[in-house]
Amino acid sequence: MVLQPSLKNCLWLACVLRTPKAGFRSTASGGLIIQSVSNDVYQNLAVEDWIHDHMDLEKRQVLFLWRNSPAVVIGRHQNPWQECNLRLLRQKNIKLARRRSGGGTVYHDLGNINLTFFTTRKKYERMENLKLVVKALKALRPQLDVHVTDRYDILLDRHYKISGTAAKLGRTSAYHHCTLLCNADKFVLSSVLKSPYKGLKSNATPSVPASVKNLFEEDPSLTSEMLLDAIAKEYATQHQIDHHITLINPADETLLPGINNKTKELQTWEWVYGKTPKFSISTCLNMAYKDSVLEVKVNMDVKHGRIEVCNIDLPKQWLPPALYSELIRSLTGSKFCPNETTARVTTLLRVCPQDDELHSRWNLLCENMIMLM
Amino acid sequence: VCIHRVRSCSSIHSVKSKYVCVFDKSALKFSHQQRLLRTSPVSCGQIVQFKLSDIGEGITEVTVKEWYIKEGDSVSQFDSICEVQSDKASVTITSRYDGVIRKLHYSIDEIAFVGKPLVDIEIDASKGVASEEDVVETPPMSHEEHTHQEIKGHKTLATPAVRRLAMENNIKLSEVVGTGKDNRILKEDILNYLAKQTGAILPPSPKAEIIPPLPKPETVPAAPKDKARKIPVPVSRPIEFSGKDKTEPVTGFQKAMVKTMSAALKIPHFGYCDEIDLTQLVQLREELKPLAEIRGVKLSFMPFFIKAASLGLLQYPILNASLDENCQSVTYKASHNIGVAMDTEQGLIVPNVKNVQVCSVFDIAAELNRLQSLGSAGQLGTSDLTGGTFTLSNIGTIGGTYAKPVILPPEVAIGALGKIQVLPRFNGKGEVFKAQIMNVSWSADHRVIDGATMARFSNLWKSYLENPASMLLDLK
Repeated sequence: MVLQPSLKNCLWLACVLRTPKAGFRSTASGGLIIQSVSNDVYQNLAVEDWIHDHMDLEKRQVLFLWRNSPAVVIGRHQNPWQECNLRLLRQKNIKLARRRSGGGTVYHDLGNINLTFFTTRKKYERMENLKLVVKALKALRPQLDVHVTDRYDILLDRHYKISGTAAKLGRTSAYHHCTLLCNADKFVLSSVLKSPYKGLKSNATPSVPASVKNLFEEDPSLTSEMLLDAIAKEYATQHQIDHHITLINPADETLLPGINNKTKELQTWEWVYGKTPKFSISTCLNMAYKDSVLEVKVNMDVKHGRIEVCNIDLPKQWLPPALYSELIRSLTGSKFCPNETTARVTTLLRVCPQDDELHSRWNLLCENMIMLM
Repeated sequence: VCIHRVRSCSSIHSVKSKYVCVFDKSALKFSHQQRLLRTSPVSCGQIVQFKLSDIGEGITEVTVKEWYIKEGDSVSQFDSICEVQSDKASVTITSRYDGVIRKLHYSIDEIAFVGKPLVDIEIDASKGVASEEDVVETPPMSHEEHTHQEIKGHKTLATPAVRRLAMENNIKLSEVVGTGKDNRILKEDILNYLAKQTGAILPPSPKAEIIPPLPKPETVPAAPKDKARKIPVPVSRPIEFSGKDKTEPVTGFQKAMVKTMSAALKIPHFGYCDEIDLTQLVQLREELKPLAEIRGVKLSFMPFFIKAASLGLLQYPILNASLDENCQSVTYKASHNIGVAMDTEQGLIVPNVKNVQVCSVFDIAAELNRLQSLGSAGQLGTSDLTGGTFTLSNIGTIGGTYAKPVILPPEVAIGALGKIQVLPRFNGKGEVFKAQIMNVSWSADHRVIDGATMARFSNLWKSYLENPASMLLDLK
């Protein structure tokens, strides 16, 4: 049973979100189920942050339900270049987000549902949450073969992963969120989660690839809405509250003061790319130039998403030394980002000798370098 | 500024009598409760080993992923110290004490153990009280008073000065949302809350708002719009201006601009401006727009401006040339690669349409569409951004009439197009009619281009646009 947000509901929710004791209805004790009306991954992640930072979960735990339009979400300490095909993401206009919890990379679209279980730090218990999900699934479709592994995955038919888990622990509160594959686009999923970048060395948390399957494939009568409802129902039962889902709008600054700043922060380059742990690239560019193929060794160190050190092993005099050092100087310290690098290197061409041969060599080299980003 | 040196001794209490807070005379009377303020951390406190507390779920070891502080930093209770990861869980470890970090026991990617020391913190002599950045006068406090009060079971963090400000203004701290570390309530938060209550307007944020460009240049209505300026509402209560100067490093894009513009400075520019009557062109575009749309292309005015420029360059090729560094030779470029200045989120970029001399107006429109969508997605390639020979800047989509554009090396000319305005003009019969007027401002390199050449080129370009049918005669 889902209620539309009436004004009364909003006011009630506003009170509930700010003070621990709602006092309005007895349903407010024990638990609260909320669902986002937005499909924007940044807005939804910001809601998680907001609840984690502002809500007192002592008296009441929260279940947050959300879905996103196509996006790739990497874990807090991961390397996006290692985890996904950034070029493809840009082409297909699929968003990239970095969440605050740990764990691996996931692909989200409307066929994938997200569940976040908010509790106090002491009551943090992932296994219980996942068992709740499995119970809900089995109540909905008893014939489903689903179980929780000790890696906190949920497997279908003992083999296919349908849910991945991650968590965030703060000083007093914690949250555990997980995905559930209902009807996601598996083709896009597998193509975006395959990194084309070679020669990367990093201590970032690696993702563990797994075979996935949609619940829809197992039982075509299942929809995301049904699954959300079943899980909400089970949560309500276990927390002895009404089966009542409150809709919230993650853009509502009155309800969630400060939320828009959180949303903005999650979209900044400094957060999404700049938080990548230090890594190095050691690779070879194969540049086709005038009937031959040049093998050019490239070594780069990238820290905070910026190029710290850059070495390009070009044949002698292939580029005038002055221009080569200008290129290195321009790259060093700048963002490991194709957009910015393109602007930089094309501008450098304006102020150097105007020679067609030189220009084509420069463009060739720069395009290859940018492909690494 | 009063600096207090706390001598290292076992008991805090015996210290108080020797040190005087210059601006708080009352401190002398309340010797037991005197609070010692410091502007700099002095190494004379007690060093405590802050151990990694239990993570839960029986976890015994974690990996340290990020330090938020370094040795020598001051921390307050509840400040974030580091981020550790264990089995898909990311944990923020916060400080239990106020003090100064003296030692980090692990480096990034090392494994840390639950129950073992994580950092060494030197505790403040005045334990349990968060220190403020500014040294301010504060009333002496009792031992029991904590920085964080429990209001309705909700812990609110705020320094004593902020707390007093709230109290003076009858504000409940529980109603204020803190934006500081760990949602600490800052002075700004109280002021914001106050502003909302009184309806007063706070001082504007330091970042200026840039108006995004319109997708295509539309004609502006006759009456010049009165852009209503925001008039500040008189405030009942004086609001403190807490704005600070902000210094940022020059970004990658800006660095590129710096380089280009510094090189452009070497070029002796001269300007030439004129007014174009686009009445006929406006009508022509209205007729052609739906045809282009059927073919899936958005037709703006730019393709016409670009094609007319190329036809002009055929007659005056010196404007499509390049002067070498030593000014020894001039290269007349065969291709008309006309650059179009584009405003993106990051800044100004100039992709160019290649070989306009062999393109139709429709081809140019299609190519512009492609460049525009790539530009807004930040995906322009190197070949799109290099090789330009002549540039047009349609600043009129944002606004303005006359401009003084800067030539982009290695080119020798550039044109800036103002907005199209409906203005009264006289026709051949001496009658007043509504004309669609646009201004153009050319800049050219006076080392190789003279005023007469620029004027003649501009007149030719103008004649093509004022009488679009004449373009048919010279179209290649």
